[in-house]
Amino acid sequence: MTTVIENDSQKSGRLEVGTPLLEVKDLHVEFHTRDGVAKAVNGVNYSVAAGETLAVLGESGSGKSVTAQTIMGILDMPPGKVTQGEILYRGQDMLKMSNEERRKIRGRKIAMIFQDALSALNPVLSVGYQLGEMFRVHQGVSKAEAKAKAIELMDRVRIPAAKERVNDYPHQFSGGMRQRIMIAMALSLQPDLIIADEPTTALDVTVQAQVMDLLAELQAEYNMGLILITHDLGVVADVADKIAVMYAGRIVETAPVHELYANPAHPYTKGLLRSIPRLDQKGQELYAIKGLPPNLLKVPAGCAFNPRCDVATDLCRTEIPALHHVTDKDGKELTGRRSACHLWKETLHG
Amino acid sequence: MAENILEVKDLVKHYPLTQGVLFKKQVGAVKAVDGISFELKKGETLGIVGESGCGKSTLAKVLMNLERATSGQVLFKGEDISQLSGGALKAVRRNIQMVFQDPYTSLNPRMTVGDIIGEPFEIHPEVAPKGDRRKAVQDLLDVVGLNPEYINRYPHQFSGGQRQRIGIARGLALKPEIIICDEPVSALDVSVQAQVINLLEQLQGEFGLSYMFIAHDLSIVRHISDRVGVMYLGKMVEIGSDEQIYDNATHPYTQALLSAVPVPDPTARESRERIILSGDIPSPANPPSGCRFRTRCWKAQERCSEEIPLLAIPTTLEGPAAHESACHFPEVRESAAA
Amino acid sequence: MPDLTKTAEETPAQAPVAAAAKPEKARSLGSDAWHDLRRKPIFVISALLILLLIVIAVAPGLFTSVDPRAGDLREHFHTPPNYSHFFEGDWFGYDGQGRSIYARVIYGARASVVVGICVTVGTTILGGIFGMLAGYFGGWIDTIISRVTDIFFGIPLLLGSLVILNAFTSRTIWSVVFALITLGWTQMTRVMRGSVITVKQADFVTAAKALGAGTGRIMFKHILPNAIAPVIVVATISLGGYIALEATLSFLGIGLQDPTISWGIDINSAQKLIRTAPFALFFPAGMLSITVLAFIMLGDAVRDALDPKLR
Repeated sequence: MTTVIENDSQKSGRLEVGTPLLEVKDLHVEFHTRDGVAKAVNGVNYSVAAGETLAVLGESGSGKSVTAQTIMGILDMPPGKVTQGEILYRGQDMLKMSNEERRKIRGRKIAMIFQDALSALNPVLSVGYQLGEMFRVHQGVSKAEAKAKAIELMDRVRIPAAKERVNDYPHQFSGGMRQRIMIAMALSLQPDLIIADEPTTALDVTVQAQVMDLLAELQAEYNMGLILITHDLGVVADVADKIAVMYAGRIVETAPVHELYANPAHPYTKGLLRSIPRLDQKGQELYAIKGLPPNLLKVPAGCAFNPRCDVATDLCRTEIPALHHVTDKDGKELTGRRSACHLWKETLHG
Repeated sequence: MAENILEVKDLVKHYPLTQGVLFKKQVGAVKAVDGISFELKKGETLGIVGESGCGKSTLAKVLMNLERATSGQVLFKGEDISQLSGGALKAVRRNIQMVFQDPYTSLNPRMTVGDIIGEPFEIHPEVAPKGDRRKAVQDLLDVVGLNPEYINRYPHQFSGGQRQRIGIARGLALKPEIIICDEPVSALDVSVQAQVINLLEQLQGEFGLSYMFIAHDLSIVRHISDRVGVMYLGKMVEIGSDEQIYDNATHPYTQALLSAVPVPDPTARESRERIILSGDIPSPANPPSGCRFRTRCWKAQERCSEEIPLLAIPTTLEGPAAHESACHFPEVRESAAA
Repeated sequence: MPDLTKTAEETPAQAPVAAAAKPEKARSLGSDAWHDLRRKPIFVISALLILLLIVIAVAPGLFTSVDPRAGDLREHFHTPPNYSHFFEGDWFGYDGQGRSIYARVIYGARASVVVGICVTVGTTILGGIFGMLAGYFGGWIDTIISRVTDIFFGIPLLLGSLVILNAFTSRTIWSVVFALITLGWTQMTRVMRGSVITVKQADFVTAAKALGAGTGRIMFKHILPNAIAPVIVVATISLGGYIALEATLSFLGIGLQDPTISWGIDINSAQKLIRTAPFALFFPAGMLSITVLAFIMLGDAVRDALDPKLR
């Protein structure tokens, strides 16, 4: 099987690791609701290169999914509206492209995997047909050929007995298998970049591990970029290269995975990590971030996290912190690390 | 520890599968819970873990008498409550309450918070006299950390974490002795999960509650539980103290489950050994013969398909490894024990 | 144990947020729907129209002093309308029996509105009860109710009411109401049953059962308030339909009879002279259309406001 993939990848000129693929620059997205304007995304910057996994970590309402939907061009507009910013795919701003141009990128160059595979698949068409459709429509292959390709894809995402199951319907597959089919579909046109929005949240732990492994493996084989959107600190630690933590529509911290877990530079990240139950805390109270996630219609002034922060000062209540570069104790800049906290020094260096 | 407050003996819940329109003929059964025994001690927290389809939610429903057990006994302080009905059942309900998974669907959207938390008093008027109810509801709101002035608001005006607190307040209203928590934090944002866990622990201390804590998040279960039971396909496969289960698991399914949990520590990425199970959970309508886990087990032998392993303390093991496990070949996995 | 969880919600740092949240009033879903509706022009227009219709039906004397049954063939036979004589007998002209069309249009509203409202209330109550029983209890109760519903559903509404009304020797508003309720309750039963089945599975119903709530409490406090929205929507939309149906029956001569005044009867008598006196047809028909349209628009607006998916 590996040989097949290598051949494929040579043919299509697979990416060099490190080729920059996608860059989101100062993106702002608003929702107009009856009760006012909700600023769901508020100046987000991130980038992904080939072969790289960026994890976007955040709770509901942090803007992580809205950003992804904006990249894919599947955001409901209205009520959503992009008010500012650029989304550069290989240097070209997708927000300025025509619908036709964007459609060429969507699905072929950037593919998305959703949390709920059952609702993302058409229930009245067989899985093989839906997989083969991509080839028939985009590459104009014959029906028999499309089916063969569908079986090959199902094999590649390790669906057992692919030949026998190609004519089955989505509801005949288990949750984990459906998610594999979604992955197969996303891979079918050999995209450069995959955006996975909570791909394993709906799955059981043992199945979750299978699917994440598969995704990571395929990504490495194809040198794709991967944006993994999740709220699960465990999943992130397993697969991510770098992390962007979002809170109330802003990125509050970015860092390479090891450094973020070892030494967070934002109180929110620190709080999240501290609230994971640890062995030695048995019988004790867990650390809990106080308060509630903010209402996007009424984001607190200054740093949005300040009402829940243990170290907030008057400055935090009035001035929105920029995403600072972060330095180590000797003043040397830490590559890839940024923190949107006025007190990042104290947070990082204790 | 204290005496058993709840004792479950060989509990079975089968959902019949029928065919035919007029004359329904039973053609089989979904064996959602198939012979489960355990006990819950006063003031203890028993964690129940397992994947979807293992029967843990059905178990909760049967214990709550929301579904009638097919056979077996549920003894509350020595009295079998599984076949009660009418007034006797209503009286028992005061003692066992439940906290639901989804705080968005478990509160009636057309009722105010005061009505929701006050409803238990209307159903059981003997608990709080009419004049005191408003005060009682406000006290409950205070206990779960909500502003007592919120009494006239509606559920949709609260966030998920706050709603779960309302659900907990409703569960506490009748001063039950046992609370069954069915995935109480899995629908909540990460940053509020810890708050709710702390609240549950604090309430346990305050009111001497016993918890049955059903969840799939193994680290939270370990934190809150005194003992942990692992379920697979309607059976309890292993049960023991948190240390026995987490550090000295002897059932291969438990080992696989523990190894699959994502650890929030990137340094563990390379070092840990994951057991990736092949295949899916078989259908509970047609479970494998013998040991139900054998179709996905790497240790399975002929004996496993012929003989159902009983949940018992293996005689071959000692120390913390000697706890109840339903496997023919129980042993502690080397790397897991390290 | 220190009381950390509680402070979590009520810390001083949180105070500004709490203070900001204070003025927010308790908002029930019903008041939310009302808030939405008030801003919809379609709702406002249709509601005003319906309000006007109801006032006309209750007190037609406020709008005209002319007797709708008094005809003067010598003076008024097919006199064309005089559009500058607002609210007067000849405003819309006179019909073939010399009666004021304006007065007849005003007095005809009562039959339409009464039939529409009574049939809708009747079918909603009947269908609501059957639907609730079938949906909540399921099993053989559901089987029996559903099969009976299917049988009634198979009877064409128009044909069925023709047959029923033919059995009456003299037909009043109430015989029409009776016929339409007899045949119309099935749709409501189906809507209610489906809605109840959905709500029945909600966790809050399970929670109430776990508390020991009785059947009555679960039905009326938990299921009914959450299941009623689609029934209200269908009821509002079908109200217009029943008004049209009454007119159709009267037009066919099998519904209301003279001396009861109905738009349907007037449309019938006017159609024979459509070439010479088109206005005699136009006004009752126009009123009928506006009325039916108003109820359908109202139903649409209500559906949008009550749709739980948008909330």
